Amino acid sequence: MPELLTLFVVYYGSQYLVTAVSTALFGVPLEVSPFFAGMVALGLVMASYASEVFLAAFRAIAAGQYEAGRALGLQKGKIMRLIILPQLIRLALPGLSNLWLSLMKDTALVSVITLNDLLRQTQVAVSSTRQPFFFYLVACLIYLGLSLLSSIAIGQTRRWASRGMVTR
Amino acid sequence: MTAVISEAPPAAAKRSSITATGLVLISIWGLIFVGIVWALVNSVDPERLASYGGRIAQGFVVTVELVIASMLIGALISIPVAAGRLSTNRLVAGIAFGFSYFFRGTPLVAQTFLIYYGAGQFSSELKAVGMWWLFRDALNCAVIAFALNTAAYQAEILSGAIRNVPRGQREGAAALGLHKWLTLRKIILPQALVSAIRPYGNEVILMTKASSIASIITVLDLMGQTRYVFSKTYDLSFYFWAALFYLATVEVVSHLVNLVEARLTRHVRPPSTARG
Repeated sequence: MPELLTLFVVYYGSQYLVTAVSTALFGVPLEVSPFFAGMVALGLVMASYASEVFLAAFRAIAAGQYEAGRALGLQKGKIMRLIILPQLIRLALPGLSNLWLSLMKDTALVSVITLNDLLRQTQVAVSSTRQPFFFYLVACLIYLGLSLLSSIAIGQTRRWASRGMVTR
Repeated sequence: MTAVISEAPPAAAKRSSITATGLVLISIWGLIFVGIVWALVNSVDPERLASYGGRIAQGFVVTVELVIASMLIGALISIPVAAGRLSTNRLVAGIAFGFSYFFRGTPLVAQTFLIYYGAGQFSSELKAVGMWWLFRDALNCAVIAFALNTAAYQAEILSGAIRNVPRGQREGAAALGLHKWLTLRKIILPQALVSAIRPYGNEVILMTKASSIASIITVLDLMGQTRYVFSKTYDLSFYFWAALFYLATVEVVSHLVNLVEARLTRHVRPPSTARG
């Protein structure tokens, strides 16, 4: 299902739902802000991808790790916190960072539901200056800069997460 | 032995409590799902379906055309880019990397706007070259933007697949005295493409989903038609129908990819499964 479609369904669907509920409860229709709808829609998409990443990461952790934790007499919560999670972060990081990068690009879609994000402000700039190519190029470069910054941050995090690993 | 038995019950009790919260969560999701299905079935209006069903079907055809056209053009563009990515020449490799980094690092919407609206800035120049007809139509612009975008991704897939072919294969071919191009065509590519099938399938799926972006620049694809119908009827269920169309397409593509992959890799599967 395309992200754009999710966005529309959440935006108009929640609008419909909230208006119906609020008129029934208070007698006044409330409005869903585009920001909230965009956040929920992208959050849902992200959640579905991230759960796949976490599932794969959990599966990649050997059962022996749990058994070793139990053999040490650790409680379930402690096994999770002390043994599984530190490994999980390292395993899930590549998938999560990919998701982060694609999420950043997907945020550009919220301009369609009239949220004043980078792309929408660019449209405003274009309509007042009539220089579409220049301004859209600048917007692209800003997105590029953002993903460059995040890949640097991801690289640092990866180094931190795999600090206990033998480097080949 | 006794220690193990005495340990077991509490663990089982804990597990059952976790499944209880899991059950609650799943039932909430299930209720939402049932609610959506119920709303869909409830809102089926034969009259509306008759008057707007054709539009949705047309939009679906446009979406399929859009995806196929941009995938094919993208595949053509990706060949030189992949060659550039593999090149030992620093300048060529740098240009190819820059192309691929730009198109993979920026949102597809922004690229589409850049081409569709950006072309308008150069309309007089484009008219002088006789290219204006190409950029005047929103559908063409969408195809160009999508093709460039998917070309960047496909170039990565292709160059990655070629890089993954073991060096010994190339050396073996050289030892046999095969020409460079013959090596590429007969030895490297057949092995590289087999491993590239799955990523290519993913790319088709991603492209199908991304093609909905064309609706923003007034192309009447599946998404565009759905938006049009919604603006006429204010009937939210049309969005769910469109979602079903997209899901069905994605499902068909992924099954096709599975079939093709199973067929092409039948020689590398373990003999027991290959025979059975």
